[in-house]
Amino acid sequence: MTLLIALIAVAILALIFGLILGYASIKFKVEGDPLVEQLDHVLPQTQCGQCGYPGCRPYAEAIANGDEINKCPPGGEATIKKIADIMGVEPKPLDAAHGQEDIKKVAFIREDECIGCTKCIQACPVDAILGAAKQMHTIIKDECTGCDLCVEPCPVDCIDMVPVETTSKTWKWQLDAIPVKQVETQ
Amino acid sequence: MYNEFKTIIDRIKQGKLWRFRGGVHPDGRKSLSNTHEIADIAIPNRLYLPLKQHIGVEGVVSVAVGDHVLKGQKLTKSSNPFFVPVHAPTSGKIVGIEKHVSAHPSGIPEQTIIIEPDKKDTWAELKPLKNYDAFPKIKVLETICQAGIAGMGGAGFPTHLKASPKKGVEFLIINGVECEPYITADDRLMREHANQIRQGIDILAYLLSPQHIVIAIEDNKPEAVQALTEACSDSADISVCEIPTRYPAGGEKQLIQVLTNREVPHNGLPIDVGVIMQNVGTCFAIADAVLAGIPLIRRVVTITGEAIDRAGNAWVLLGTPISHLMSQAEYHAKRQSQQRMIMGGPMMGYTVASADVPVIKTTNCILVPTDKEMPPMGEEQPCIRCSACADACPAHLLPQQLYWHGKAKEYDKAQEYNLFDCIECGACAFVCPSEIPLVHYYRQAKADIRIQQEEADKAEKARERFEARKARLKREQEEREEKHRKAAEARRQAMDKTDSDAKDKIAAALARVKAKQSGSQEEAPKTANKPNDKVAAAIARAKAKKQAASESEANVSNTQNGGESNQPPSTNDKVAAAIARAKAKKAQRAEQENTSIDTNTSDEPQTSNTASDTQTEKQDRIAQAIARAKAKKAAKQQFERAENKSSSGSSTEGQGAEASMPVIKDEVPQPTDTAPLSESEARKQRVAAAIAKAKAKKAKAKEKQALKQADNLKQEPDSPAVSIENDINQQPSAESAPADPETIKKQKVAAAVARAKARKAAKDAEKLNEQNTKDS
Repeated sequence: MTLLIALIAVAILALIFGLILGYASIKFKVEGDPLVEQLDHVLPQTQCGQCGYPGCRPYAEAIANGDEINKCPPGGEATIKKIADIMGVEPKPLDAAHGQEDIKKVAFIREDECIGCTKCIQACPVDAILGAAKQMHTIIKDECTGCDLCVEPCPVDCIDMVPVETTSKTWKWQLDAIPVKQVETQ
Repeated sequence: MYNEFKTIIDRIKQGKLWRFRGGVHPDGRKSLSNTHEIADIAIPNRLYLPLKQHIGVEGVVSVAVGDHVLKGQKLTKSSNPFFVPVHAPTSGKIVGIEKHVSAHPSGIPEQTIIIEPDKKDTWAELKPLKNYDAFPKIKVLETICQAGIAGMGGAGFPTHLKASPKKGVEFLIINGVECEPYITADDRLMREHANQIRQGIDILAYLLSPQHIVIAIEDNKPEAVQALTEACSDSADISVCEIPTRYPAGGEKQLIQVLTNREVPHNGLPIDVGVIMQNVGTCFAIADAVLAGIPLIRRVVTITGEAIDRAGNAWVLLGTPISHLMSQAEYHAKRQSQQRMIMGGPMMGYTVASADVPVIKTTNCILVPTDKEMPPMGEEQPCIRCSACADACPAHLLPQQLYWHGKAKEYDKAQEYNLFDCIECGACAFVCPSEIPLVHYYRQAKADIRIQQEEADKAEKARERFEARKARLKREQEEREEKHRKAAEARRQAMDKTDSDAKDKIAAALARVKAKQSGSQEEAPKTANKPNDKVAAAIARAKAKKQAASESEANVSNTQNGGESNQPPSTNDKVAAAIARAKAKKAQRAEQENTSIDTNTSDEPQTSNTASDTQTEKQDRIAQAIARAKAKKAAKQQFERAENKSSSGSSTEGQGAEASMPVIKDEVPQPTDTAPLSESEARKQRVAAAIAKAKAKKAKAKEKQALKQADNLKQEPDSPAVSIENDINQQPSAESAPADPETIKKQKVAAAVARAKARKAAKDAEKLNEQNTKDS
């Protein structure tokens, strides 16, 4: 009889806790894979493919699955640091095999040389190039991520990557910085 | 603690104000410049007008290089609410619209309109709004906006936006505190133009309908207080308040706290606590704009410092380069170890990048100190955690924490310490014993955070665009696949259809060929006389003609019907008719060739020319029955002839059966005519059989042609087809065309039976021949 009471009591307890756990699993359900989302959020979204993946999100997924964290040249050290924080690993120097961290650039089409082949439009991952077949193309500067992908397909090489100009809005108050002067080499 | 309006008014009336936390007491040095009246300065040789001189957006240049502009003429335009225009400060010629060093700490060149004054100072037509209170507020605001007025205290926020709040205004505070050392522009303006400032305040009061107006002036400017008190003595709603001198009492949030003890919330605006604040200079400019129609083209600038001899205030045209002011104020470059001109005061100002930097709407002071007066910043020493900065901070912040985090670029933590609540007053750096340029670190950190935020926004936008593009490409791919799939399906269906059509056609053709073969084989034994053949051929021709005629009739009816779909069938009819005619001709030729032998060729064209038409089952059966009967008869005749060489009388049987077939009926008696020629008959029959076979082959080929026509006919509308059918059906030995599968089947069966019989007949004939040869 005592055994029976004990069994019943334990069974009831198990039922109660089961209900609580079941409720909690519904109430506090985690949507999707937050790790990939977080990683995707810190990546620079240039979609340049320098990491070897077709876009930032695929690379985020790859990192989540254990790939190296130092394959993103556009993000540079800052991004690597953030990824290291998220993944809980030590930051590493940028893998030179995937490119160097560079100043921010945007593509620029020398419009009088453009033949209107639309090849760059097809290459642009963020649809930042405006134009139509046999019409001059131009780059929407504000939408350009500087990924470089349009330069290669251009048959007349009329696309340049120009550094983004600093304006008084984007100036970083570097009063003590020595102004950089381009020295012409003979 | 949020004080009620009444409490605040009581305290203001009693002169018992509150105080803000922190603050410093730097040496004022105001007497350097406040002793002289505001001077007028000669028009410079060049005016440099940056397109953007305020916080907001720049407009589009509405003039071109080479244009002559008049004083007060508007030079830029835009419909953006954060835009205020730039005006020509004097008459002259536009000599350039290009990048010029900007009035910004960075000195980064910005788009600038360069005017070469003609020194005539010719005014453009002005449109004052004298009795402004007769106009709607929106009209007055429009006038203020079009006059290009932006806050003249230093920030340069567009005044028309500030003067059109969405909430009720309790206090309108006119800021004449001017707490920054050295600067006396507002002081001199208040002393000399108190009445015009009062007019500006009235205009603002009309626009904002505040419950009370407070003019706040630091107690180190008693002349200004007196002048404004006099100017405002007639109004009970305006109080002039002397506030204790302490930097930064003129800061918007600090002044609100001093006067009302209300704190502007984090990320909030003064209007959130029922306050609107305007600078005295702005009030003056508003009065100019509304009552005189003069846009903002000049302002009072304090030119001070020990490196110049004639310090003082001056009315300076916007766009005047600092170098011009320096030459007017007798600047001594040798008093400075290196050229150092500070735009703004010593606490918040910045060293300009070049002496070509122009005066803009927010420029209140040009400070040119000697090295002794303002020693260049010493070397930065380590922070000793003395917390003097925290004591001095008027914004309740922890400057050293912000410094640490800013220096380490730990911007998240810096933001946790409310970095963006820093007003960059410089009080912390002023008290720092280690000479750490604290504000500089905060500015860097703020700029970095803003840029990071912008980059994050841009990255987010790029991500969205990338996803949108991916989605678009996927959709296009799917659409393409769907299209291909549908096309393939359509092709397959079309192929299936043609397949089954082809099968039908082949089956029909086979059936027809078999039927014809059997018919011709059966009819082969029949002998016909030449004239009869000719008659038959003539009949065939007549039929063909008739058919052609009926076709043309059909054509007429088709055209009458106007149905386009009827056209092709009619041509097919014609083709069929033509074929029929051709066959008839051929039959004739064949007859001529075979004149020596009696042939039944005349039947051929008739059978074949009907290939393209449909016949009723009954007629088929009748025809076959006739054929059978004839075959039997022929066999019998041969047999009889072989035995007794007498003609058979059985032709009457055939005649009976053939009653409905005129052509065949004509032929039927022929066997009786030819019956006596038994020996030659057998030979003839064989030849005839061979010819019939050849004909059948030929017919088969023709059948294929006819087949297509038959198919076309099938699709033909009923009425013409029927008329043609009727014509053709009247043809005696008309052969069936594939009307429907059942008919075809029956025909096939009938044909098979006929064939078997024909074979038998042929065998019999052979036997007869053998017997004949034996007999002979």
